Amino acid sequence: MNLPIYLDNNATTPTDPRVVEAMIPYFTEFFGNAASRNHPFGWKAEEAVSYAREQIAALIGANEKEIIFTSGATESNNLALKGVYEMYAAKGNHFITVSTEHKAILDACKHLEKQGAEVTYLSVGEDGLLNVEQIAEAMKPDTVLVSVMYGNNELGVIQPIREIGALCKERGVLFHTDATQAVGKIPVDVMADHIDLMSFTAHKMYGPKGVGALYVRRKNPRVKVTAQLDGGGHERGMRSGTLNVTGIVGFGKACELCRLEMADEAKRLSALRDKLENALLTVEESYLNGNKANRLPHTTNISFKYVEGEGLMMGIKDIAVSSGSACTSASLEPSYVLKSLGLDDELAHSSLRFGLGRFTTEEEIDFTIKCVSDAVQRLRDMSPLWEMFKEGIDLKSIQWSEH
Amino acid sequence: MAYSDKVIDHYTNPRNIGTLDKSKNTVGTGLVGAPECGDVMRLQIEVNPETGVIEDAKFKTFGCGSAIASSSLATEWLKGKTVDQALEIDNMEIVEELALPPVKIHCSVLAEDAIRQAINDYRVKNGMEPMELESHH
Repeated sequence: MNLPIYLDNNATTPTDPRVVEAMIPYFTEFFGNAASRNHPFGWKAEEAVSYAREQIAALIGANEKEIIFTSGATESNNLALKGVYEMYAAKGNHFITVSTEHKAILDACKHLEKQGAEVTYLSVGEDGLLNVEQIAEAMKPDTVLVSVMYGNNELGVIQPIREIGALCKERGVLFHTDATQAVGKIPVDVMADHIDLMSFTAHKMYGPKGVGALYVRRKNPRVKVTAQLDGGGHERGMRSGTLNVTGIVGFGKACELCRLEMADEAKRLSALRDKLENALLTVEESYLNGNKANRLPHTTNISFKYVEGEGLMMGIKDIAVSSGSACTSASLEPSYVLKSLGLDDELAHSSLRFGLGRFTTEEEIDFTIKCVSDAVQRLRDMSPLWEMFKEGIDLKSIQWSEH
Repeated sequence: MAYSDKVIDHYTNPRNIGTLDKSKNTVGTGLVGAPECGDVMRLQIEVNPETGVIEDAKFKTFGCGSAIASSSLATEWLKGKTVDQALEIDNMEIVEELALPPVKIHCSVLAEDAIRQAINDYRVKNGMEPMELESHH
């Protein structure tokens, strides 16, 4: 076993060596511009791109013409929201989204609000899930788009996407989902889920960074987004810019591997995740964040009360994870996702997110269980809050100094 | 963000973790910060009433590595100082000693506040005038 151990696969994944291998010829040998129509270099690149489009479309049940290549999920989210807002301005200006979305959605919505959009931010239950009725109630005659994330990056909870999709279809409202964490990990089918637009990216599924896609439905209904970059009119006029052929080839290969291996891999990962989670939840005063049943197979988010997340991460320096603690961000605010669950700030500060991946082994999980449990104990031994808790003092009864 | 070697050293081998008997008149306790802010420090001193020298100091901290290191360092510096000398400890000295980056300066401020609160608690317990504790926050 090599240290450090990588358990932050929700942040990014290593590129699968099989993906790298597929990409290599496209750096030096087949380096052509896919838009060059008049010579074999261009044809070869175009051929590779169309093959990748098929591989990607096959993973999500789409037609290859519905794949618009971008630089990644942030761009896809921006293109979906801003592009729909501009394209459908005559129909209305009301968007519905959720408070636990990724910043790429929330900040794009903030941007659109400044331009005159009206955005409803729905809150989630204490398990992180949305109820489809909340969306039905929020809909208005001028609602143009509903945007709900598929699987949450911090908690791993999976929203009721199919029900939301069906509702949107019935009401004639466009439905976008940020499926960055879900595609490649669980079966995602844009037809069955009634998805009109979907953002996803290669680097969360063992492909390279810097390439992603926006699925844009072509039939029932035919969806269009206004381009956000002016240029050569690539990607059916929705996203200009020379295609990242090498990245796209890798993205295609990554999708193919996920399609073939996902079912077995999800079983393996959820077994490892459950082993980790069950062991860590035996630690006194530890709590699981988010719904346990409707979850991505590789993610768990646990709060260890009376221990601060960044301090804890320093104590497990051989394991790479993320924390909802304020100290890990520049803002000094704890995770807004955890706060949206109604969690006390204190518990949000005490959380760790574990993201398992294709290369995670059982040996690594066993090491992690031991290492995290020991570090929690060590830090509690030096935590005044733990001492107070053990003495039966209610921490809420104390007048804490402002700070 | 990478931690300085000194922060890592104090985090890995914290000096003077523990609890002093706060019911004793010779013990002063400072409890600063708040759980919802992600740091709470408790710093205690035991003073020799004859000499005014701090003979023992203990801490417990809930917080990041820099908060733990700041309070550990503070207990080290307090021991052997008189109460008056201890009041001269400035948070910027902690920042310098531990090479804290700007986002962690609040950890040193918290440690300084904890020292002052502990000294004040000791003074009040022993019938001395309470100090003016201006909050830095």
